[in-house]
Amino acid sequence: METVTMTLVQQPELYFECYSVTPDLFADKTLAEIALLPAHEGKIVWKLGDFFKFEGKPGATAEETRIVVNGDVRKMKRFGQQMTGGEILINSDADMYVGCWMRGGKITVKGNADAFLGIAMEGGEITVEGDATNHVGSAYRGDWRGMSGGLIRVKGKAGNDIGTAMTGGTIIIEGDVFIHVLTHAEGGTVIIKGDVEGRVGGQMVKGDAYVLGNILYPLPGFKKIGTVEKEVDGQTYTFHQYIGDLGERKGKKKGEVIYGNIYLKA
Amino acid sequence: MSEMLIKNGYVFDPISGIKGDKTDIAIKDGKIVEKVSSKAKIIDAAGKTVMAGGCEIHAHVAGPKVNAGRTMRPEDKLFRGSYRGGIVKQGKRMEMGFSIPSTWKTGYAYARMGYAFTNEAAMPPLLAPHVHEEFRDTPIIDQAAMPVFGNNWFCLEYLKNKEIENNAAYVAWLLKSTFGFGIKVVNPGGTEAWGWGENCVDIHDPVPYFDITPAEIIKGLIETNEYLGLPHSVHLHGNNLGNPGNYEHTIETLKLASEYKPKNKFGREQVLHNTHLQFFSYKGDSWGTFASAAKEVMDYVNKTDTLTVDLGCVTLDETTTMTADGPFEHHLNQLNHLKWSNVDVELETGSGVVPYVYDKDIAVCGIQWAIGLELALYAKDLMRVHITTDHPNAGPFTRYPRIIKWLMSKKAREATLDTMKRKEKIIKSTDLAGMDRELGLYDIAMMTRAGPAKALGLSNIYGSLKAGADANVAIYNLDATKLPTDPELIENAFSNTLYTIKEGVIVVQNGEIVAEPQKHTIWTKVSVPENAQVMRDIKEKFTKSYTVNLENYAVFDEHVHNPRAIEVEFSA
Repeated sequence: METVTMTLVQQPELYFECYSVTPDLFADKTLAEIALLPAHEGKIVWKLGDFFKFEGKPGATAEETRIVVNGDVRKMKRFGQQMTGGEILINSDADMYVGCWMRGGKITVKGNADAFLGIAMEGGEITVEGDATNHVGSAYRGDWRGMSGGLIRVKGKAGNDIGTAMTGGTIIIEGDVFIHVLTHAEGGTVIIKGDVEGRVGGQMVKGDAYVLGNILYPLPGFKKIGTVEKEVDGQTYTFHQYIGDLGERKGKKKGEVIYGNIYLKA
Repeated sequence: MSEMLIKNGYVFDPISGIKGDKTDIAIKDGKIVEKVSSKAKIIDAAGKTVMAGGCEIHAHVAGPKVNAGRTMRPEDKLFRGSYRGGIVKQGKRMEMGFSIPSTWKTGYAYARMGYAFTNEAAMPPLLAPHVHEEFRDTPIIDQAAMPVFGNNWFCLEYLKNKEIENNAAYVAWLLKSTFGFGIKVVNPGGTEAWGWGENCVDIHDPVPYFDITPAEIIKGLIETNEYLGLPHSVHLHGNNLGNPGNYEHTIETLKLASEYKPKNKFGREQVLHNTHLQFFSYKGDSWGTFASAAKEVMDYVNKTDTLTVDLGCVTLDETTTMTADGPFEHHLNQLNHLKWSNVDVELETGSGVVPYVYDKDIAVCGIQWAIGLELALYAKDLMRVHITTDHPNAGPFTRYPRIIKWLMSKKAREATLDTMKRKEKIIKSTDLAGMDRELGLYDIAMMTRAGPAKALGLSNIYGSLKAGADANVAIYNLDATKLPTDPELIENAFSNTLYTIKEGVIVVQNGEIVAEPQKHTIWTKVSVPENAQVMRDIKEKFTKSYTVNLENYAVFDEHVHNPRAIEVEFSA
């Protein structure tokens, strides 16, 4: 695997859209060609080279390309948008839409990531060493198709709307979460190792939420059906199992009604 | 003023009967003329196809329901076109949206396809100002809008009592109040029944409270239309749209028109236009036995000269359905569980919006796709059968070039069929795979310009290259004598004109917008004698039932963008 290192040389005045920073667009290009890729600041179209300097070289394909982002890029959005393979390492905080519509590959953010982390993600892996905010693995505004595959791991805490309209894949939040988890979901798994304020699984048709801490205000649309042992992120715990959302339509598989599940650590 | 001469092109103009002959088209002061002086600007169209500007008979492109779709579907704009690249690149504004494009994209996209006119398919009278505001913001193309009458309390009451003269006076008043073009009917009685949580699923199902049947509403409105002699006929979206087995209802509905004769001075020969016929041509008694009834329905249309239809072709896209057929949208939402918006427009109509994905791997969607094309291929008189997608219900209007490709090329149809997972089921449930017919450019000119213009009663203005018509011309990069073997080239040619000329001004050149001249709002001005009874009824309804005052109801003159009235002198 070859590595391209991009280092911030000038802070943009407004927020900056780094949708071109993907192994797919970097692969098989010279550094000079990479520096010409477009990026928006408000309505102005710049070139990546206007704000970053580039070293190293990319691989022949996305899979063989690793991008290391250095400098304070907390005002930069959309790293790894729609990427299909390869790696991105961001040695800083990043702004919104990291790994949005990602299909494959790996992104690591050493600091915090802002909202819309991995929205409508289809595959691949995102790790945030710090915190994330709202709409982790959710659907785009108005859309009914949230995260459908892959893994998002946030080592800190997250905000609200985690896995909205999710249909597949896994989200792991190692800290606390505020409200709205797996709202409208039709599949997928969300694991929360900390506490949740409430509204877990509202209008959930299908999907699994695991909460190792507390749910302060559980929803009335869920019913406890028993206690089960489950392995979560490599460790086994005993959980109270709740099914729901009982106010929502439900599908059937082999004559059995399929519910959404909340597993709350006993 | 300006003169222009389009030389050496292969011209297809069904109104004047030119079938691909090399003919020069002369333009002076925005009109087609017999000849021009030697100073005329010459456009060399050698080896190209020349047609009149396209004429759209049925599309939902402006107004409150379209805007509701835009508001509830931000995702319709996601990753459409180049990334935030619309500004200045094409025309002067950002072009957004796919199934529910912005007003700007609507105008530009029609112009790039060579269209000059579009007819907004359903205008709620109470909300007519919104429709006219969007017309102002839709560049280049001329527009008209049809107010909906099929669930209007005035009409239900007058027609129940067989008061055609009063109903006609009311229709004339409403066309004037809304700057409307003609009589649109959507699920007659059914949308009103939806106010009671019910529907009218066939034409003999009585409307709750009003105790009138859809059949009586349709017949009464046809009588009203011919009594007044309006340019267009009654434009009908019937009952029981979109359900398996509805084709028998459809034929029964079409038969209602058989006892009427057209009466007008606009050259219109039909008394009923049945819109998006594809949605009404279904066999079967469930989604499992769903099949095509295109042959049965088109056989009836073929033998009845007083009918016109448009196709409503499914284009296999993710789109947004929107209609004044409120109960249907609820039904659809129960099928696909996506977003649903529902509105009641007091005393007049209702409406609903639901996104829909026509997935080529689902058998029903594939069969719907086939039915739209079969209807055209079974048609005998293509002047009476028009290409539409009921935009955006069966697909966006920007897919017309693709429909043209499918109709002109069996190879293209087979290629699409081959990509479908349920191909065998679709072949079994439809006749499409066995149909060898391939339409020609003259056929396409009938279906996209001459036919719709004639059915709208506007063929002296649109869809024609006869002297005196508006100088709306589309020049396509297609050699009519050497049609390409690659059907994709047909789609490309119809997607982006070489030139679109609107009233003598070049608005598109090589697929790029180059000018935005003035456009017009077309409406129908009917002069009827003062009817004291009807004026009293109107005042009473506004006092008792409407939440707005009569004084605040009508669209004020200044609100209408560049109006161009089609005058109807009523004589009893």
